[in-house]
Amino acid sequence: MNERTVYLDHSATTPVDQRVVDAMLPYFTEAFGNASSLHRFGQAALAGLDTSRRTVAEILHAQPNEIVFTGCGSESDNLALRGVAFALRDRGNHIITTPIEHHAILNTVAQLESKFGFAVTRVPVDRHGVVNPDEIARAITPQTILISVMYANNEVGTIEPLAEIAQIANKRGILFHTDAVQAGGYLDLDVNRLGVDLMSLGAHKFHGPKGIGALYVRSGVPLVPMLTGGGQEKGRRAGTENVPYIVGFAAALKIAQENRDETNTRLSALRDKLVEGLLERIVGAELTGAPKERLPGHASFVIPGVIGDEMVLGLDIAGVAASTGSACTAGSVEPSHVLAAMGYAPDQARGALRLTLGRENTVEDVDYSLGVVADVVNKLRRTS
Amino acid sequence: MSDRSTVVVAMSGGVDSSTTAALLVERGYRVIGMMMRLWSESEEGDDRFVSNRCCSPEAVADARGVCQTLGIPFYLLNFEAAFKQHVVDFFVDGYARGTTPNPCLECNREVKFGALLVKARALGADHLATGHYARVRQDRGLFQLLKGVDPNKDQSYALHVLNQEQLTHAVFPLGEHTKDETRAMARRFGLRVADKHESQDLCFIADGDYRHFLQRRIPSLLVPGDIVDARGKVLGRHQGLAFYTIGQRKGLGIAAGQPLYVIALDTARNTLVVGRADELGRQELVAGGVNWISGSPPDGEIEVTAKIRYRAAEAPAAVTPLAAGRARVVFHLPLRDITPGQAVVFYQDELCLGGGRIQ
Repeated sequence: MNERTVYLDHSATTPVDQRVVDAMLPYFTEAFGNASSLHRFGQAALAGLDTSRRTVAEILHAQPNEIVFTGCGSESDNLALRGVAFALRDRGNHIITTPIEHHAILNTVAQLESKFGFAVTRVPVDRHGVVNPDEIARAITPQTILISVMYANNEVGTIEPLAEIAQIANKRGILFHTDAVQAGGYLDLDVNRLGVDLMSLGAHKFHGPKGIGALYVRSGVPLVPMLTGGGQEKGRRAGTENVPYIVGFAAALKIAQENRDETNTRLSALRDKLVEGLLERIVGAELTGAPKERLPGHASFVIPGVIGDEMVLGLDIAGVAASTGSACTAGSVEPSHVLAAMGYAPDQARGALRLTLGRENTVEDVDYSLGVVADVVNKLRRTS
Repeated sequence: MSDRSTVVVAMSGGVDSSTTAALLVERGYRVIGMMMRLWSESEEGDDRFVSNRCCSPEAVADARGVCQTLGIPFYLLNFEAAFKQHVVDFFVDGYARGTTPNPCLECNREVKFGALLVKARALGADHLATGHYARVRQDRGLFQLLKGVDPNKDQSYALHVLNQEQLTHAVFPLGEHTKDETRAMARRFGLRVADKHESQDLCFIADGDYRHFLQRRIPSLLVPGDIVDARGKVLGRHQGLAFYTIGQRKGLGIAAGQPLYVIALDTARNTLVVGRADELGRQELVAGGVNWISGSPPDGEIEVTAKIRYRAAEAPAAVTPLAAGRARVVFHLPLRDITPGQAVVFYQDELCLGGGRIQ
């Protein structure tokens, strides 16, 4: 098995940058102290923690104490939604979100709805997966305490009009959260320009390690902690700080954001080649998500006459790692909730394919993958 | 099979398919583990029912664990629709017609060596291997199906439905081994499933009781009716024809001077016909949908040994091909439990010639 392998699933996760690994390593064995300890070991760890928090804060144009490190992007989403909902339950019980959010959002608001008496409005999206800010405005009631709209969609790459939504939310005095997990490595994270009050990030989407996330919480935003215990993270997230991973988070975010323009220019060009080449080679294939306002490395399609899982499996056997775009359980044929919300019929949605490029991909990778995708689709089409 | 071949192994999480995969990895092939997600009543949203036993969460975990141990990819593919259509519906229809169907044969023909083989080939595999105890031999351009060397485990009966195209791609490494050898090999390969118990038939019936299953699917099948003798005299009541099979003696609930056996199921009259042991025997049957593994029927009558159930002994018989894919089978001696719906399978020594469905 010495054929070429190409990783085209960067929306699922990315390889950790070697520079990030190098930055993390001393904090496992040398500066291993507990950041809360008074002695020099603790201080060395605390130095890594403080520096990392400052680095992240600078990139977000935020204050260091507005950054809460968490265990992952999902935890950040959970803390934002539940934390705000519980803190403001005396003021109102209404939350606005969209049907195309990650399950970390969808399942959390569903639980707030079913177990804790909150009301949730899921504002529909258009065929490209774009939320209409006017519809958000119309959904607001006197009870509305929180609006949560993702920055960029994981399945179809569409970038949402955050600033416009933020304007609406700010004007009405409603808190605005965004799940920026997919956007973290590629888009502007200036919380003031975006106008967000809370923003979730996860390191492994931008060449950092898994198991570390962050939540930006604007000063003054009330938040009931989910993990209670010691006073870490200013009481917003108890538990001994995971210093090596926090250092890795900051290092990875810094590298990604410093080289953002260059990376995005290159990835967008590769993606356009991938999209054009695939639409040319595969009869009936359709690009899903917004054609222009989408993540730079993100290409997603529906391909008639094939089943997404089977395509992914055939591609894997031929050395190309891809995904259907939905986090469905293996072997089940539940169509994607995102494509359903965008108006795709279950039969169309079953042919979903997501190819997401990352910074180590080359033009040769794209050429090779196009040939493999065409071959796999043609063979599978003959069997159905 | 060339050394560079890519082989998909149909994994069940059991010792046979796991050892099959391990043997092929050891022989240097590029091996891919695939498991089929099959239909069960739980797929219809009724959570009183568990998963299909062939792909329960535990079975999936076992199969994945074996593939991880062997360092090969593992994929779960959905075959619920094909399985429902070709196996479950076939099973229910068979009972509705008063026969005793064998759904495992249809699973081999239409699902494993049908839908799965087609997918495996499309996805880049040259061959499909299973843990069956049978052998494939190439002889003058034709593929032959032979019994497995372990007489207690031989599964050629269940594979007699395969055609030349299917056998071209089929691989049965365990056909050369006994079950004991398989378990020993599994231990040598360090497979944790080495001592797992045998899987059961009727994997899609959650509680293993096909009568309850039929009651749920087609309640009309289980309408009580008369038990009669060959002359139509009423001897008692039956609880629904699907509860009975040819040759059955127990559970009839009739007190008679001598043992009575089920000799026929009359679906038109909803009566169960019983008789003495000497009324049970038949020497002749006609089989339909006969598959001749070589691809064509013999020119005329041939002498074979024939099996009328998976676990039946082989009986000497003469087989004559008839029109429309049928064949007449005349046994040298009468057999007691010739059962419509079951398969009759023809052998000459270790060679399986094919077979058909008893009409």
